[in-house]
Amino acid sequence: MALLNVNTGECTGCGACVSECPFGALSLVDNIAVADDKCTACGACLEVCPVEALSLPERPQAAAEGLAGYQGVWVWIEQFKGQACGIAWEMLGQGRKLADQRKTALTACVLGHNVEHITKEAVAFGADRVFWVDDPTLAVYRTQPYANTLVNLVRRYKPEIFLLGASSRGRDLAGSVATELYTGLTADCTGLDIDLEKGLLRQTRPAFGGNIMATIICPNYRPQMSTVRHRVFELPNADPARKGQVIAVKPAVSEEQIATRVVDFIVEQGQVNLADAKIIVSGGRGVGGPDGFKPIRELADVLGGAVGSSRAAVDAGWIPYPHQVGQTGRTVRPDLYIACGISGAVQHLAGMSTAKVIVAINKDAEAPIFSVANYGILGDLFQVVPALTAAFKKRLHK
Amino acid sequence: MNIIVCIKQVPDTTEVKINPETGTLIREGVPSIINPFDTYAIEESLRLKEKFGGKVTVISMGPPQAVEALKEAVAMGADEAVLLSDRAFAGSDTWATAYTLSRAIRKLGAFDVILCGKQAIDGDTGQVGPGIARQLGVTQLTYVFKIQKLEPETRTIAVERLLEEGREVVETKLPVLLTVVKDINQPRYPTFLGIRRATKMQIPTWGAADLGDVDPTKLGLKGSPTQVVKIFSPPKREGKVDLISADSFDQAAATLADKLLAEKVI
Repeated sequence: MALLNVNTGECTGCGACVSECPFGALSLVDNIAVADDKCTACGACLEVCPVEALSLPERPQAAAEGLAGYQGVWVWIEQFKGQACGIAWEMLGQGRKLADQRKTALTACVLGHNVEHITKEAVAFGADRVFWVDDPTLAVYRTQPYANTLVNLVRRYKPEIFLLGASSRGRDLAGSVATELYTGLTADCTGLDIDLEKGLLRQTRPAFGGNIMATIICPNYRPQMSTVRHRVFELPNADPARKGQVIAVKPAVSEEQIATRVVDFIVEQGQVNLADAKIIVSGGRGVGGPDGFKPIRELADVLGGAVGSSRAAVDAGWIPYPHQVGQTGRTVRPDLYIACGISGAVQHLAGMSTAKVIVAINKDAEAPIFSVANYGILGDLFQVVPALTAAFKKRLHK
Repeated sequence: MNIIVCIKQVPDTTEVKINPETGTLIREGVPSIINPFDTYAIEESLRLKEKFGGKVTVISMGPPQAVEALKEAVAMGADEAVLLSDRAFAGSDTWATAYTLSRAIRKLGAFDVILCGKQAIDGDTGQVGPGIARQLGVTQLTYVFKIQKLEPETRTIAVERLLEEGREVVETKLPVLLTVVKDINQPRYPTFLGIRRATKMQIPTWGAADLGDVDPTKLGLKGSPTQVVKIFSPPKREGKVDLISADSFDQAAATLADKLLAEKVI
């Protein structure tokens, strides 16, 4: 199923493409380049071929006049229990920058019940226009009424770019909306900018557990949709004096048409939102048992942070799964990540290596966690962590 | 109860290394596995079947060798499997993948529950599940942590969804598409009998022509709205670790606390 076409008459067997391929899909057979199923049509090899022997199948060309009708940058303002989520303002801040670069307007979509205050905040954080859909059916997020309402708005007002936070709700919603609209969605981005020449949104995201980064575009379909991870973009400053237009819109469906009912919300005691946390103190195999998380929790409490863990500690039953950081847990991006008794397996690093500052506390000098850490203390966490807690207590006057 | 599980064969990304000279992915000798989240989906399907009876069908879209992932699912206990493999599917992004899988599911006939992993560990998008649900017009419940109740008589299902702030309990009617997180169960190992059955089983391969009513312009690279334009290695974390040593841990901790306060991350 290789996608790459190799002109065997032109190929000189130089092998430049083989070493360039990020997926290891190319090899030389009888001195001719051959691509296998691993080819993703990324095109990395095209540029290095000295004789232009490589090509990719043609893609459909968009009707340019159709795309020009799509204008403006939109952001979905996620809310939980009537309060806007931080990630929504991060998206709005970046949306403002993109809208300015495209010389276009920024629109916020506020869906909920009794959320008029959020429309005002959205204007303060940079929106020129707010679509405000206020209805009891929208009080708690549900896929169908949210997706259908946004699909209707997009079809009517035709935005060029539509951004959502890559939270659980954001990813649930974006997939549904993009499928219905038949447009491109790039999930879980860590970078967004505008290709000024082509006017396209360049969406950068990690793949393969963070081992490679890919930049993705959506040239022929609109809107260009992205979800972006927590804490990638900075919180913008609110300007209460800003003026914007607020347009009240009716929801797309009524309660009788909605298939789901949210009947309960369970919050465990001591549960914390890792995705939003500025500081995370995590424990791994080295904590030795459920009680071993006590000093970890104490340090987190002093710092006002959240408690995370490695997979080993979750699988051992020492701490519940929602605390797990890493490939099969949560991906986090705090300002400070303190790894205590965590060796730093690749799967764990995939979930936290973009933290601003990483501290490793471990007995084993060879532990891979030290290779990504900014600071480290070599020693027993049961001695180091309480000492660190005491040091912060003193300095933070607690 | 008719249950369909969508699975993906992925490279074991924990084994994926970067060639430091070329900055490219070394995939030579990297084993292929069932996407870990999909193994929880398979396990959950088997538990539902054991409780309510019925049939588990596993489908996967991928190159011919993805049949190995399907065989493993059969060895775990799935009844039937179908591989979707065709040159026309190559280069599919999440939109085209969801479209193709949904057409195959439609061809399989009536279903009560579709199960998917919450995301694949190679692409990490989590978008194909919601895409399939929308294509088929069924209710989606993502990030499912637990099936609280399922009543075939009333066709009612209630699940706990794992969200950032806690667990949301949602109730709906079948048919439904669930994407599951890791903690929902502990996947079983293939049994000896299962492996024997899987080895003997002829797993059908469906191409574009087998799917019936499909729009060929919506398949593969041609049907994919997104395009990868650049692949690169992530920026390395700069600098080396500052290992703090002192006469006592109290002193080391004090030094570290001062440095972290100076970093202005607290």
